[in-house]
Amino acid sequence: LERIEEYKNDLEGLFETQPLAVLATHGAGQPYTNLVAFVAGKDLKVLYFATSRGTRKFANLSADSRVSMLMDNRSNRVSDFREAMAVTATGRAIEIEGEEREEVKKAYLVKHPHLADFISSPSCALIKIQVESYYMVTRFQKVIEIHVRL
Amino acid sequence: MNLVISLERIHEAHRAGVGGKGYALAMMAQEGLVVPKAVCITTEAYNEYVDLTGIRGQILLELQRKSFDDMRWEEVWDVSLRIRHLFMNTDIPNTIKGELEDGLEAIASTSPVSVRSSAPGEDSVKTSFAGLHESYVNLKGRDRILEHIRLVWASLWSDRALLYRRELGLDLDRSAMAVVVQEMVFGDRSGIVFGKSPVDDSQAVIESVYGLNQGLVDGTIEPDRWELDRSTGEIISHLPVVRERSLEPAPEGTRVREISSALRSKAPLGRKEIREIFEISQTMERLFGAPQDVEWTFRKGALYALQSRPITSPSVSEDDQRPWYLSLQQSFQNLKSLKKKIESELIPAMEAEAKNLAQRELKGLSDHQLADEVNHRVKVHERWLEDYRRYCIPFAHGMRLFGQIYTDRVRPKDPFEFMNLLVGTAMVSTLRNQVLEDLAARIRQDQALFRSLKEHKLEACDPEFKEAFDRLIIQYGDTTWGAERFAQSAERILKLLLEMASRPPKDPPTGFKGKKRLEERFFSAFTDDEMEYAEEILDIARASYRLRDDDNTYLGKIEGQLQNALSEAKNRLKGRSDVDNPSMPPEEVVKALKGRHGILKKEAPVKEIVATNTDFRMQARQLIGQPAGPGVAVGKARIILNASDLFSVKSGEILVCDAIDPNMTFVVPLVSGIVERRGGMLIHGAIIAREYGIPCVTGVADVTSLVETGDLVTVDGHLGIIIIAKDGRQSIPSKSRDGDKETGH
Repeated sequence: LERIEEYKNDLEGLFETQPLAVLATHGAGQPYTNLVAFVAGKDLKVLYFATSRGTRKFANLSADSRVSMLMDNRSNRVSDFREAMAVTATGRAIEIEGEEREEVKKAYLVKHPHLADFISSPSCALIKIQVESYYMVTRFQKVIEIHVRL
Repeated sequence: MNLVISLERIHEAHRAGVGGKGYALAMMAQEGLVVPKAVCITTEAYNEYVDLTGIRGQILLELQRKSFDDMRWEEVWDVSLRIRHLFMNTDIPNTIKGELEDGLEAIASTSPVSVRSSAPGEDSVKTSFAGLHESYVNLKGRDRILEHIRLVWASLWSDRALLYRRELGLDLDRSAMAVVVQEMVFGDRSGIVFGKSPVDDSQAVIESVYGLNQGLVDGTIEPDRWELDRSTGEIISHLPVVRERSLEPAPEGTRVREISSALRSKAPLGRKEIREIFEISQTMERLFGAPQDVEWTFRKGALYALQSRPITSPSVSEDDQRPWYLSLQQSFQNLKSLKKKIESELIPAMEAEAKNLAQRELKGLSDHQLADEVNHRVKVHERWLEDYRRYCIPFAHGMRLFGQIYTDRVRPKDPFEFMNLLVGTAMVSTLRNQVLEDLAARIRQDQALFRSLKEHKLEACDPEFKEAFDRLIIQYGDTTWGAERFAQSAERILKLLLEMASRPPKDPPTGFKGKKRLEERFFSAFTDDEMEYAEEILDIARASYRLRDDDNTYLGKIEGQLQNALSEAKNRLKGRSDVDNPSMPPEEVVKALKGRHGILKKEAPVKEIVATNTDFRMQARQLIGQPAGPGVAVGKARIILNASDLFSVKSGEILVCDAIDPNMTFVVPLVSGIVERRGGMLIHGAIIAREYGIPCVTGVADVTSLVETGDLVTVDGHLGIIIIAKDGRQSIPSKSRDGDKETGH
């Protein structure tokens, strides 16, 4: 029997090993994607990334907080069709501040130490995605959904 | 490395690139032994071909559908068939074709050749690939040779090779194949010598047949056998056979011929020739440093060594599964005799057995006698089960052999096109379903009958209907699946009939509509000479296809009689609180009836472990299986875990089950799609789905726990995937289903 724990382990493994994710937002109905450096919360219920407040994605998020984010471990070889995993997370984004920001910043810098200047800049927002669902794709076509109870 | 190397130029560094057979031949030639002229097509050529054509990636896609370790051999066969199809339909790109042609020039400009597999790694005593890959003999002309080189390459992915490499844990991604193209030597007598007998270290063994060696190697022709003293070469014993046939060259390939009466009474080898062959085996052993298995042939008195390989060491071969993998491949001759045995002996005997058992009155037996009867029926059932494994399962290869022949001759786009020629051959389950369909039609037309059946008044209804219904019960009532009998309750069958009556009538399956045309296409690919063979192989394939379903039905009847005795016993034991246990195994039932039971506790039903995690909820959205019946269907899932699920199926639902037993297939005319955990094209679920033209996906791991009754399921029988919508949203827009089955949900 397929166990949810196994899938959660897979998610954790992927989130630890992949530095970058593709973030999708939209502006007036126009989808828009970016590469962002991310880190996952310990409980798998939240994902974090950072962005300057002047960016298009920040503007998009301010108008509509719904986001989708793709994380995968492809190597751009044919073997990806057998071995790669891609996970789409959907949920809502909010900027975090104060103590929470300081806590998350620590975890973020453990994963992305070279981004210390970037994340410490006053113009940089640290964004939390409250995940509602994960869509995990393996073996090219196998899709498993993991829904987070809110 | 070059793409082609001639035997004289091969040295140690080429060993991996030319494979075991090629390297051994080169050593033999360089030692001055008489071997046919040959060149090796190196693994480099294979690698270039699969990279330039993209086949390497396609193989990977075929193998990724599910974990290779989880595939059953039937699924492995399907994968292997699709891969072979790729090689067959993909020409060698011009960039490497030229070099191959130049290299072949040295040997194959005019004379016929054999094209043999030469797998790297075969020259080790630990692994023997003997018989796992293909070899082709007596081919003429550049194009035919190049085509068969592709087929030998493809045989790297044959089901038996895949299974064997899985067992050895070899890396599939790095597999490559070399090929030996060898001038034909049309020997009049051929055979094999084992420098050391696999069963007795002190002996050597020679096997010999008239004609070409291929007949001995593939098991078509039984050889004479000699056991020799390994130290002296003296003959210890000669085991002659009934010599009837030999394999001879045909215009292309080979054919089986009757041998003359003079040869029948004469052993193929004389004392002097046996000596000569034994000496060759000794020379080879010295040359390669280990006892060898050598194929040889005599042409006009001259002895040629065709190939040599080490004998797999006995310590390895003890738990070697290779013989079993090889048994999955049955020769045409074997299939012919299996067919005869099953049709004229086994099936009538099974029917008689079931009838005979049915005549014994159980009610009048004492507990003791009933216990003996249960014991007897267990033994009878076991005996038939063994025969079933021994004869009926191997016979399923009839379909596979036909499939290969059809595909080789007709060159269809769809590797499973041959299945269309097999459907509609009056299987027992299709006949039973027709009886059900007829009864449903009566109910549909007769309002009064419909009403009285709804009120469970079977006794009060039309006597003609009642009579027909009773006939159904008599004929099919005792078929079983698991511990269930079809006619366990008349009520359930009536429920099924009412459901069938409430949907519009359905035409009986007529098989594939263009069958006649396909049949013509198949036969037109053979010469007049070969027509008898073509007809026979189609006949075998149809019998194999039909029997795949039928033999189970007959076995199910015998099992039904065992269940009858068991349920009589369990009825009697009911109320005796210490032994009242519905899932008690037969041996315990017998003990209990004889009053010698220990105290048995009722087993608590095993509760399925359901994936729960308080904060997360998992659900499957899209699952991968194998495409087993083309078409797309959308409908509500009906998970079949027990008989009552089966009898609850509603018209238009998608049947989701672990494995379909032919005795369960009475619901198939009601459903719009079939999804099965067990995988393969030759399994009952896939066969019956094709028969009824219902989309079908097989081999979906864990499907009965990942899908729930009522989920909206899309069965994509083209791609071999299913899509699940828990919230009832249709998963694909109806536009993309144009031309496919329209089904309600």
